[in-house]
Amino acid sequence: MSDAPAPRVSTTHYLPGAPAPVRPEPELDAPYWEGTRRHRLLVQRCRQCRTWQWGPEWICHNCLSADLAWTEISQEGVIYSYERVWHPVSPALKEQTPYVAVLVELPEAGGIRMIGNLLGDSKAEVRIGDKVRAVFEPHDEGEEPYTLVQWERV
Amino acid sequence: MSERSLRGKAAIIGVGETKYYKRGQSPDTEFKLALEAILTACEDAGISPKEIEGFSAFSNESSNPNRMATALGLPELKFSAMAWSGGGGGGSAAAASAAAGIAGGMADVVVVFRSLTQGAQRLGGAGYAGSVSTDAHYRTSYGVISPAQQYVMRVVRYMHDHGIGQEALRAIAMASYHHAQTNPDAVMYGKPLTAEAYDASRWIVEPFHLYDCCMENDGAAAYVMVSAERAKTAKRKPVYLLGAAQGSEFRNQAAALNAPLLGSAGFTTVAPRLYEMAKVRPQDLDVIQVYENFTGGVLLAMAEHGLFKPEEANAVLTLENLTVGGRLPLNTSGGNLAHCYMHGMEHHIEAVRQLRGEARNQVAGAKRALVVSGPMVSPTSSMILGSEEAL
Repeated sequence: MSDAPAPRVSTTHYLPGAPAPVRPEPELDAPYWEGTRRHRLLVQRCRQCRTWQWGPEWICHNCLSADLAWTEISQEGVIYSYERVWHPVSPALKEQTPYVAVLVELPEAGGIRMIGNLLGDSKAEVRIGDKVRAVFEPHDEGEEPYTLVQWERV
Repeated sequence: MSERSLRGKAAIIGVGETKYYKRGQSPDTEFKLALEAILTACEDAGISPKEIEGFSAFSNESSNPNRMATALGLPELKFSAMAWSGGGGGGSAAAASAAAGIAGGMADVVVVFRSLTQGAQRLGGAGYAGSVSTDAHYRTSYGVISPAQQYVMRVVRYMHDHGIGQEALRAIAMASYHHAQTNPDAVMYGKPLTAEAYDASRWIVEPFHLYDCCMENDGAAAYVMVSAERAKTAKRKPVYLLGAAQGSEFRNQAAALNAPLLGSAGFTTVAPRLYEMAKVRPQDLDVIQVYENFTGGVLLAMAEHGLFKPEEANAVLTLENLTVGGRLPLNTSGGNLAHCYMHGMEHHIEAVRQLRGEARNQVAGAKRALVVSGPMVSPTSSMILGSEEAL
């Protein structure tokens, strides 16, 4: 990744008031969350059969090996699906609608997908297939700081 | 070796429902509602509740079989089953479990039931995980929280891939509302839905308008299933289980929407097994009951059950085709959108009434009914019921 462009970082929060991630099995995906703090995207790839895997599991779903490597991947992807949300189910998001969430496919990492928000005008047309790149959104306040991964059109 | 199948091994001989309420308006608790529905089903079947030998339920049913057997004073409990799944995915599987228990000789009389009060815990709200889900930490901080927000990505991709328009979803919503107008038991009875009102209704999450999303209700529903042998002497016309299937595709629930086949309601592997067991073809079906969590799920589920090809959806999904008298009469009591959101149990009971010939919106001569449980949840399930003539 030495020739990759510098990671993009956002100084604002796209959805102020959205809940912080509550990880049910922190041991399972610590490298991913630690990676986002350093503006890196790390996902699992099997050392034995080279299968990409996301979300994380304890073993490779293809060959069942536990020999999984946390592998840094490209921060560019394409929009695979999306949604524009108008009805906030959380009162904290009442002032944020409409907002757009995207499902981004990462072709250079075996076509795995990540959920994030699409930065920019939330009422603009969203097109499946459009290219996007990651934007890291640090949440440094609170006892357990974390960094979200958002997306912007290339 | 004899063929292993549930086809024709068990039959539904009695159905029961409470009054269906708007969310939070039931004066009774879930358990009391369940009890009432079960007693009503036994009365309809013409059996004593003391003859019940087992219970089968699904989702997060709270009325447990121990307390039910105790309350009913059952001499003996022989069978209990609970189908895994969030939401309504386990509905047909609960029927299948009951039939399997009966076919396997574990019990002769099993009640399938569901009770719901949504005053405290709203299924459509932020507090509900929506499935047996452990990936909330990859979604909720981005505002992908409720079931509608989780499932819509599947529908958006599917509609994109197949060029399906908003009118297809509108027709599904309008069919349910249309049928509810002639069903006095429906929560939305007397509240017709026009195309204009649908189009003008607020977005929940595009492409789901308000009317594309199920209601939230209070109530309970139950039915009595017995062996085919015992059904021969039943008071009411028995309705047989012709086939059932449960399941999920390869890695269907991979975290953060990483299912390889994302644009799916989960029936691409279930429906072929269903039709094989039932010895029925899609074109043999007389009436269709499909769980509407969201109209988009109905669209996917109908296509996956072979009722039309995805590229035909815009032409096939019209109000004319989806109402009684049309090609694919759908959700003929009003379904989850307009009859009652009883986690699809109202679909099961409507299928029974259609096959008995006593539905409010009767499809003339109906012999085979498809019941599809929660689309897009996993594991999901579906079943085909038939009258004696369909055996």
